[in-house]
Amino acid sequence: MTTALSPAADPETTARPTPSSGGKWRRRAPLLPALIFAIIVTQLPFLATLVLSTLHWNILRPGERSFAGLSNYLIVFTDNRLRAAVVNTIILTVSVVLLSALLGLILAVLLDRRFPGRGVARTLLIAPFLVMPVAAALLWKHAIYNPTYGLLNGILNGVAHLFGGEGPTIDWVSTFPMTAIVVALVWQWTPFMMLILLAGLQSQPGDVLEAAKVDGANGVQTFRYMTLPHLRQYLELAGLLGTVYIVQTFDHVFTITQGGPGSATTNLPYEIYLTTFRKYEYGEASAAGVVVVIGTIIIATYSLRLISSLFQEEVGR
Amino acid sequence: MSAPNTAEVTSETRANADAADAPQPARATRRRKKVDDASEGLRAGPIWAFLAWALTILFFLPVAWMVLTSFHREVDAAKNPPAVFAPFTGEQYGLLFSRDVLPFLINSATASIVSTLLVLALSVPAAYALSIKPVEKWTDVMFFFLSTKFLPPIAALLPVYLIVKDIGMLDNVYTLVILYTSANLPIAVWMMRSFLAEVPVEMLEAASVDGAGLVRTLREIVAPVVAPGIAATSLICFIFSWNELLFARVLTATVAQTAPVFLTGFVTSQGLFLAKVCAASIVVSLPVLIAGFAAQDKLVQGLSLGAVK
Repeated sequence: MTTALSPAADPETTARPTPSSGGKWRRRAPLLPALIFAIIVTQLPFLATLVLSTLHWNILRPGERSFAGLSNYLIVFTDNRLRAAVVNTIILTVSVVLLSALLGLILAVLLDRRFPGRGVARTLLIAPFLVMPVAAALLWKHAIYNPTYGLLNGILNGVAHLFGGEGPTIDWVSTFPMTAIVVALVWQWTPFMMLILLAGLQSQPGDVLEAAKVDGANGVQTFRYMTLPHLRQYLELAGLLGTVYIVQTFDHVFTITQGGPGSATTNLPYEIYLTTFRKYEYGEASAAGVVVVIGTIIIATYSLRLISSLFQEEVGR
Repeated sequence: MSAPNTAEVTSETRANADAADAPQPARATRRRKKVDDASEGLRAGPIWAFLAWALTILFFLPVAWMVLTSFHREVDAAKNPPAVFAPFTGEQYGLLFSRDVLPFLINSATASIVSTLLVLALSVPAAYALSIKPVEKWTDVMFFFLSTKFLPPIAALLPVYLIVKDIGMLDNVYTLVILYTSANLPIAVWMMRSFLAEVPVEMLEAASVDGAGLVRTLREIVAPVVAPGIAATSLICFIFSWNELLFARVLTATVAQTAPVFLTGFVTSQGLFLAKVCAASIVVSLPVLIAGFAAQDKLVQGLSLGAVK
């Protein structure tokens, strides 16, 4: 516990009432390794990104590294590909968060009641979230969406056979690229939403619900006026944490569409990845990175306000 | 719905709801039992149960299909309409292990387990200094840690790549250990703090009056409360490290590649490979599936950074 250097004498000899600087450092000591580690590993790269974003630097043109001022940012804000990537990121994030929160809410409400095999059902429902993201994306791409042997066309074909016809051969990924990614992501994130919302439902005090029943409120009224307000902060928490994770989606885009066709499904993380490791435009990629950080800070400020309200009750300690 | 006193009832229930909400903001003090406890909660009617099971099966279908396909021969896996009742075979799993999936799994295990241990070694003392004997302005420190989690990894990828290349640590699994540690540290600090905050202060004071030393206090009072927290934190850190693709793909080449990187080999596959890709997906997902199933409640705590208990 006292591995860090404490500059003052031992606390026994110092005055009790006001915490001496020695006592302060004794308290700080256990915190320092984690704090220093976090500062070095997370803050330095971002400072480096800031510096890199002001350089003309493409490793395909060696020796041509010079100060660019803000011109990379000009490129970022005027480049059509990047603007498309911003739009794609917003569409992807908003639709996945909303759909998975809605489905998660429905499942949580269903699972909040007692029915045969409820524990088993909950376990099965968590499974999609626990499948490795790359594996899940491969599963949807090859085993479900594939036009010739995918499950989706397979089922349609099987049904068509019953009526003596032939099923369609729809290439789901190239016909509906964005929808294909959204569906695969919603499938993975719905259990996450469900788990948090179910915990919210179960923290609702039972006697208040009883009281509502005694007062003659029906199920819909109880849900609308008691359960939903109670769930609000859980919905916000699930939505915000979900947003933070889903904005950063890389695996599904990389696996299912590789950002295509064209750049129809290229989101910001994938676009920055391409700019860095396909086009080797280091300066431009860094400027885009800085813009993403600023965008995230805006979301994060709102999230932090929410989380600090969840946190308020404990501060008294 | 059409009861004559609907308006009255709703306004009354709303008032009740407000009254009930006010004194207990984030965590209700009185909690109903966990979902696994079959005796608790309202009983569902048959339609309710049917709906719940129908949706569950729909959601689980892709996983079930993946498992089924992985036990089929390639020719049966590619049948259309699907050959559900084709004969089972374990040949894909045999092929997978004879064709070196193991080094990838070992790399993944090293990166995840070592980084999880490192995260615990850093976060538990830090959480102690943020709850039991809090430093001044400890809430600011908490929000600093959280803010690092909001920074998108993609924006750090290039500088990290350049630095790692510079110091000759490319294609080294311990590079991933360091990066995964920094990615998971904020989650762990938040979770561990929320658990340590539940250690009763009176007991700590009583222990110090009794003259119990730091080690004894830690072992006898802090440890029992904190052990479940350590389990939840480890689970989350393990899952996130095990599944990480972006940094693993960019920073490894041949010797340090992890399981997600192994899977990217199937992205552009053609021909008969469906059974193989399903078997591979199951093998690499299995550690997380087992850990997650075994500790479902810990999963919720971890995903919400300890905000939901």
